[in-house]
Amino acid sequence: MSDQSAALTPRHIPDRLDSPFKRALKSWETLLMTVAIAIAIANSLASPYFLDPWNLSDATFNFTEKAILALAMTFVIITGEIDLSVASIIALASTAMGAAAEAGAGTPVLFLTGLGVGLGCGLFNGVLVAKLGLPAIVATIGTMSLYRGIAYVVLGDQVYKNYPADFAVFGQGYAFWIFSIEFVTFLGLAVVAGIVLHKTIFGRQVYAVGNNALAASFSGVKVRRIKFIVFLMTGVAAGLASVMLTSRLGSTRPSIAVGWELDAVTMAVLGGVGINGGTGNILGVVIAAFVMGLVTFGLGLLNVPGIVMSIFMGLMLILVIALPLVVQRINNRRRATR
Amino acid sequence: MTLFKKLIVTTAAAIALMAGPANAEAVKIALVVKTLGNGFFDAAHKGAQEAAKELGDVEIIYTGPTTSTAEAQIDVINSLIAQKVDAIAISANDKDALVPALKKAMQRGITVISWDSGVAPEGRLMHLNPSSNPLIGNMCVKLASDGLGSEKGDVAILSAASTATNQNIWIEEMKKVLPNYANVNLVDTVYGDDLADKSYRETQGLIAKYPNLKAIIAPTSVGIVAAAQAVEDAGLVGKVNVTGLGLPSEMAGHVKAGSSKAFAIWNPIDLGYSATYIAYELKAGKAEAKPDAEISIGRMGKIKLDANNEAAMADPFVYDAGNVDEFAKIF
Repeated sequence: MSDQSAALTPRHIPDRLDSPFKRALKSWETLLMTVAIAIAIANSLASPYFLDPWNLSDATFNFTEKAILALAMTFVIITGEIDLSVASIIALASTAMGAAAEAGAGTPVLFLTGLGVGLGCGLFNGVLVAKLGLPAIVATIGTMSLYRGIAYVVLGDQVYKNYPADFAVFGQGYAFWIFSIEFVTFLGLAVVAGIVLHKTIFGRQVYAVGNNALAASFSGVKVRRIKFIVFLMTGVAAGLASVMLTSRLGSTRPSIAVGWELDAVTMAVLGGVGINGGTGNILGVVIAAFVMGLVTFGLGLLNVPGIVMSIFMGLMLILVIALPLVVQRINNRRRATR
Repeated sequence: MTLFKKLIVTTAAAIALMAGPANAEAVKIALVVKTLGNGFFDAAHKGAQEAAKELGDVEIIYTGPTTSTAEAQIDVINSLIAQKVDAIAISANDKDALVPALKKAMQRGITVISWDSGVAPEGRLMHLNPSSNPLIGNMCVKLASDGLGSEKGDVAILSAASTATNQNIWIEEMKKVLPNYANVNLVDTVYGDDLADKSYRETQGLIAKYPNLKAIIAPTSVGIVAAAQAVEDAGLVGKVNVTGLGLPSEMAGHVKAGSSKAFAIWNPIDLGYSATYIAYELKAGKAEAKPDAEISIGRMGKIKLDANNEAAMADPFVYDAGNVDEFAKIF
């Protein structure tokens, strides 16, 4: 009976909107931030080593490269697409850098090689998805095998490790005090990504494409071009992540960064980016990156076996995604019975 | 800062202070493996605990990633550095990619050694091989000779690929020690390419070609199983003895069937025991990792480092009807 009356009563419209403060309090980012703080507190209580600045600095290495992928992935997912080839782009870019280093290339050339290969791979993905109109999940599963396959053909069970000594700066260097170059770069990119997504016309168009591509195209948004650009961006981000990871490892094998595409997608989804496109923001993804980093590092300090760690991550993902849905449903019901 | 936060920070600091001196007494040795949930490494952990008990003031941290990747192992290393462990003994997923992380560990005063699967020399103090090529070669021929007893007989080798470096080195070493075993008459070497069916057929070929064949040495875990199966299928149990290097879990059935009297492989328990012992001795300054240095490893005796700071632990461990079941549960 109450259900029926709920359907018949006009939609509930509040007399006034929540104040900005109250809205911020209810937002996904606040929830994530609370989770992050709770984890940090739990970690510092559980392990005496957690609050050491150098340890926290070391911990950032565990997630910055993935977080850079996640920043770019956020754009792709908001347009309603997905890029599963990012980890393979890392492998191919790293292989190219290794070959260049073998040929005697210096650090600047290696850096450009990594970014260049990333750009090239992103371009190819973009052509497949935006120009030929293939579904992104199919196209990028294909290029995922293709790019890593090439790396395997080139390297086999061999290794490239003749990187010049100063190449180590990208993955092992520090900008100042405990802040690594990787971490500072990530923060810088996060600010840039935030501005581009939230303060520019391009950013607005990205949302438009993800919400309703048809409506967007009727409104004059060049849907294909937007999609093409976001795939280019992920390619370059993967190239940059490849430079950092290769520099951090000081060597290249074709198995480098296996499985990272899912970590990047997980970070974006945990950050509140709707997998169907059209919703999400950069701040959430940045906090999600910290949450994942803090959890893995904290559990690592307690020597929790990795398998327990992945169960924990899975539960957390489900919980964080289910919680707002459950809350919303309860609210709706309360509203309906009122 | 709110009162609540202040409280939490002070509690954390207090715990940090309490935990500090309590842990400082025990030497914390991390046994880092390629992946967790692998029987071989669990057995090594058992050995490490045995060593810890003997040494007294040692705490073993048994850890490793879920996936056998270098990146995941580096995350583990980073968390061990953060915990300020005293030593890391690692079986590496990647010889080179771990070097920067392990170098950092060494810079922070952690003793780093590798065992089983090694790290490039700049990333560790020393590497412990389970055995050495001469010891493996000798053990293979010895097992064949023991199986023959007093009589003299034809013996053949079933190898993996003809290009497999380690196989060829072992065969070379076997040939070197042949003069010491008068009853072994080596007649042939065939290659099964580490494929079960090809190894099986090559064994059938050997049986047909050499009627006086008394033993087959297969220094490969795939070949030895296929050869034992072929001998059983040909009804030659008791006449042809299959030996070499194999895994207890795969060979237990064939030992029971009688096609293999005994075979060898390294003992993971001994390996974990020795790695722990060496890490402890190096940390305590009782031994030094430099070429020609000797390190004593408890019940395993002594090892001697070569020019690359590598050492061989011992003869491969022999498995026969008496112990194969026990180890088959492990690996």
